[in-house]
Amino acid sequence: MEELGKPIGRRIVLGMLGLGVVGVVTGRDLADLEQRLLAPLQVRDPTGLTQLLPDGGGFRYYSVTSRIPTRTAVTYRLRVGGLVERPETFTLSDLHRLPQTALTRDFQCVTGWRVRNVAWSGVALADLLEQVGVRPGARAVQFTSFDGTYTESLTLEQARRRDVLVATRMLGKPVTREHGGPVRLYVAPMYGYKSLKWLGGIEVTDAVRPGYWEHRGYDVDAWVGRSNGQRDAPTA
Amino acid sequence: MSVDGVLSRFSRGERWVHRATGILMGLCLLTAAVLYIGPLSILVGRRPLIRTIHVYAGLALPVPALLGLGSAAFRADLRRLNRFLPSDWAWLRDRQRRSGRIAVGKFNAGQKLNASFIAGAMLVMLGTGLIMRYGAGGPLSLRTGATLVHDWLAYAVAAMVIGHLWFAARDPIARDGMRTGDVPASWALREHGAWARAEAADQPRTVNPRNSAE
Repeated sequence: MEELGKPIGRRIVLGMLGLGVVGVVTGRDLADLEQRLLAPLQVRDPTGLTQLLPDGGGFRYYSVTSRIPTRTAVTYRLRVGGLVERPETFTLSDLHRLPQTALTRDFQCVTGWRVRNVAWSGVALADLLEQVGVRPGARAVQFTSFDGTYTESLTLEQARRRDVLVATRMLGKPVTREHGGPVRLYVAPMYGYKSLKWLGGIEVTDAVRPGYWEHRGYDVDAWVGRSNGQRDAPTA
Repeated sequence: MSVDGVLSRFSRGERWVHRATGILMGLCLLTAAVLYIGPLSILVGRRPLIRTIHVYAGLALPVPALLGLGSAAFRADLRRLNRFLPSDWAWLRDRQRRSGRIAVGKFNAGQKLNASFIAGAMLVMLGTGLIMRYGAGGPLSLRTGATLVHDWLAYAVAAMVIGHLWFAARDPIARDGMRTGDVPASWALREHGAWARAEAADQPRTVNPRNSAE
């Protein structure tokens, strides 16, 4: 072999493998640091370019379904039924006419990412349940997504917390389709998978029915920091 | 200087490895864009299908290079890419590196860095990708770390691949070399002088240096 010289190529490959291992092992802290550094930029970013960064905007888009049907402000409907006195179908403007609740909380995903200080507003689920009247014997509330796949459940007690919203606004804007709009659930004290996106139906039931993720091994009572073997700081 | 003839640069096997790797890398990057970039995700949908394509393209990505190890020409080029000669450092530092005044070997230092980076990245992406796809039973913090590394390295790989395509787009002769396997000796003398002279000695029938004095 006529070519000698230092094996720089091999060193680069081995160095990258080493960095990769360090990144995987310390990733949780790095992700947290990244989030803290980027969050202030993202809030003031008029170009939307930070959305193109990994973790841009903090939220990761995730869906298991092939296609999400589009619901606009005009075509959107929320059916509320089950063990209620007055089953009702709400349009988006119906929801806007109900008493509004706003709150700002961190959003924590069970896979580790956290978005700090997200502003949410909409109708407190408790107020919506009040509107339709919960019948005796009701113990739980089931949510279905108009994507046709996702379902979620809360106990009636959890559902009546003031920090559980049928959210129509997020980060000061109407909830985008990507983030589960026009209407999604927001369950402040629990991991993100409880905050069902593309909310299409609410059914009051006599027992908790485990939802999509819970059939796949995640906890039904998904308190942040006290479930799924995680020790994140509570969000509410 | 003026030189007639052509030099054989890449064997059929090497060109096959390059093409197959390129196609798989393209699939990985395009599906990654659909999976990662929110507006594209919404536009394209079909996430389970896109994810399946991404996973299998990623698993297959190292296969052509592994098969290439069966080719002596491919192994010889791997050795060339691995080794940095003093002329490579000089070439990297030279502001007029494209003038050809520093005669480099079969690959210039930029090509060596690119190849090494992509080789390392493939392994790291494979490892982190396996954790993300099949590590559901493992610790969540490892999955978070793997996701972070996979995300950021994906952007670096995309930048390197775009750079690679950019240089290829500017040099039709180099592209012909990868397509046909042969390059004109005049091009080789300008771009890879040391290699061209060594090859000219080995391939006397195809190359006829009429006046190789510089």
